[in-house]
Amino acid sequence: MEFPEWLKYSKEHEWVHVEGSVATVGITEYAQQELGDIVYVELPEVGEKIVKDDPFGAVESVKAVSDIYAPVSGAVLEVNDALPDSPETINEDPYGDGWMIKVEMSDANDLKDLMTADEYAEYVEQEKEAGEEEEEEEEGEEEE
Amino acid sequence: MAPKLKKTPLHRVHRRLGAKMVEFAGWEMPVQYRGVIEEHLAVRNRAGLFDISHMGEVEISGTGALDLCQWLTANDASRMKQGQAQYNLLLNEDGGIVDDIVVYRLGEDRFLLCVNAANTDKDFQWLRQKAAGKAAVEDRSLQYVQLALQGPLAQEILQPLTAVPLQEVEPFHFALGEVTGISCLIARTGYTGEDGFELYCDPAHGETLWSRLLEAGTDAGLKPAGLGARDTLRLERALPLYGHELSEGTTPLEAGLEWVTKFSKGAFLGRESLLRQKEQGIQRKVVGLEMTEPGIPRSHYPILKQGVVIGEVTSGTKSPTLGRAIAMGYVKTGEAGVGNRVAVEIRGRQAAARIVALPFYRRGETKRSG
Repeated sequence: MEFPEWLKYSKEHEWVHVEGSVATVGITEYAQQELGDIVYVELPEVGEKIVKDDPFGAVESVKAVSDIYAPVSGAVLEVNDALPDSPETINEDPYGDGWMIKVEMSDANDLKDLMTADEYAEYVEQEKEAGEEEEEEEEGEEEE
Repeated sequence: MAPKLKKTPLHRVHRRLGAKMVEFAGWEMPVQYRGVIEEHLAVRNRAGLFDISHMGEVEISGTGALDLCQWLTANDASRMKQGQAQYNLLLNEDGGIVDDIVVYRLGEDRFLLCVNAANTDKDFQWLRQKAAGKAAVEDRSLQYVQLALQGPLAQEILQPLTAVPLQEVEPFHFALGEVTGISCLIARTGYTGEDGFELYCDPAHGETLWSRLLEAGTDAGLKPAGLGARDTLRLERALPLYGHELSEGTTPLEAGLEWVTKFSKGAFLGRESLLRQKEQGIQRKVVGLEMTEPGIPRSHYPILKQGVVIGEVTSGTKSPTLGRAIAMGYVKTGEAGVGNRVAVEIRGRQAAARIVALPFYRRGETKRSG
């Protein structure tokens, strides 16, 4: 699974690309895989204020809705208008054409809470391992 | 600690295929293998293979078996000959739906009830208590693996594996026979809106049967399919799901299942209540909804007319076949007319929808216009 070095990552599986005071936000490869086929995206309007750790939108797979959490606070500068018509772009290219919003950050300190690619890769491994341990435990029981 | 989830005999196979496993009705089940949409379309266009061993099976037998079926269900089980199956409802005294089931007539005095996983224990207790010793009621759930082979190519894939002439097994009929040497009950039933078969066999042979079917169908485009696709397939065909469209507080008249309810067969539990409701008229009714503004309706979202709540969504998704957001739900009877323009409240926002005729999808019909 790919986690580009030039991005920062949140525990809610969003990625952030910082250029000056502007942050571009999307969801990670791991997030899109966990969600499955994405069929609907709800994004904020340009000018809306978003607050770190609060939901700013939603993605929906065929089966369920998931909130997307703001990794930073700020005002929405730009929204990816192509997504509502082709939400599957998020599955196909989560770090490229699947970007969601650009935000004028109100506090650069927000970035300190985000993870580097290596840290995030480890975080994802831990999440997956937690699942696998459960599996191994079960397989063990089966053989008893 | 969370209660331990039950696993079907095919659990390891699903893991090996890389399925994403989820909890469903106390079972750990595959929700998808490669993707819900891909699996959904495989079933519509070619074929899909489902492990539905979580479904429960209850057998009723003995001289009182037919009478018990007739008393506790809405449909007329006496119309079935041996080798036939019937969609049916277990009802309570108020006419509420205890479960929706398929009944297979195994013999003159033997019936096999396929019941919902979430209701297996409840149904078994209910049937046993009501039988009061006049018929034998046995929970056979652990004695069957159940696989569903569904899709337009189902017969073509299955026929080379069995001597049973499948073209003679009509919808809602079944045959007992071998599939690659494994004894099966081969039923032409399903929950997808496509042609197909449901195969019941001994759990010891479940894994072998699954593998042989999958292998035999690979060239034809057969894919393993999970509960995610099963749900979107049944919803397009407007087949109700217990816990969503059906509950003990819902009657067949409200749920659009009057066709299942045979008042003419004589006495049955709930009959008087239903006749009264029929005479007085129902207050709410199941409807189909199609969104005309962006948004996907989901279970429990309110349905409104001019800002006033008139009902609630029970199931919703973006239809993989039609490409549109669809839902089933209940609204006040007066608002249930096809074409009525309503709204669904989606995360605090009202999105326009209209009431449409059910089902959304019917095999052999293309219905893609807006």
